[in-house]
Amino acid sequence: MSFGFELAISILLVIGGIFIFVGSFGLLRLPDFYTRLHAPTKATTVGLGSILLCSMLTAYATEGRFSISELLITLFLVITAPVVAHMLAKVAMHHKVRMFAKTKHTELVDTARMQQPPASDSSSKLDS
Amino acid sequence: MTRIFPQPFHTLLLTAVWLLLNNSMSLGHILLGLILGIVIPIVCQPLRIPQPKIAKPFKLIPYVLVVLKDVIIANIEVAILVLGPVKRIQPGFIAYPLTLKDDLPITLLASTITMTPGTCSCELTEDKQFLYIHVLDMPADEQSLIDYIKVHYEGRVKEIFGC
Repeated sequence: MSFGFELAISILLVIGGIFIFVGSFGLLRLPDFYTRLHAPTKATTVGLGSILLCSMLTAYATEGRFSISELLITLFLVITAPVVAHMLAKVAMHHKVRMFAKTKHTELVDTARMQQPPASDSSSKLDS
Repeated sequence: MTRIFPQPFHTLLLTAVWLLLNNSMSLGHILLGLILGIVIPIVCQPLRIPQPKIAKPFKLIPYVLVVLKDVIIANIEVAILVLGPVKRIQPGFIAYPLTLKDDLPITLLASTITMTPGTCSCELTEDKQFLYIHVLDMPADEQSLIDYIKVHYEGRVKEIFGC
């Protein structure tokens, strides 16, 4: 393996490690359920992406073949992650999960739970 | 012909995914992939709900690139927020007024919103008029966020589906 490949692979691994660490750290640190939802759905996407890229590079550098399964992993991740986040948020609304005190527009949760449009005063402000 | 191939595109896609999953191009796998690609769409046909056709497939490429760029920026922004002081975070909910009408475009838009900067789609109203979004760090001007989604994502999704 040439030095260039080794350098690229190690940089990708370090970036991936940092982002996945930050994503998991966010789970621990953020104040309530809804904000915690943001950390794993997003902060890990780049982390996982760079690790998969690194895996493709390694396969190319050591065996001289293009490995395509990593693209499939990315595809499945991109399809499933938003759906899971959506379902979790929906369940949290129905369970009336405690919210961070500073959260704005908590009244929207009540109409969202019933799948109804927001009450007229807030919608006229947002609908303009 | 349409009875054997109700979804010709799905047949091709399933065969391609089967070959990719096995990472091989041998005759056996091509045959097995083709059988799966023909049988699965036939079995699933009664379950399908008619969806609008993708009118301009080539518009998908710039859309994916824009979203990819935003995902990378979103990752860095969320990382900074997570590592910074928690007191600075200002979460909130907004109701986003939708102009899309069909399920598939709304799903695409909602997934995009979840994948991009500090926003996560939570619930859709029954009449498909509003999408409730949780925002990790709410800007002072909420309308700017709605306008950003409208111009950057919803406009492009509309172009793709030609509605």
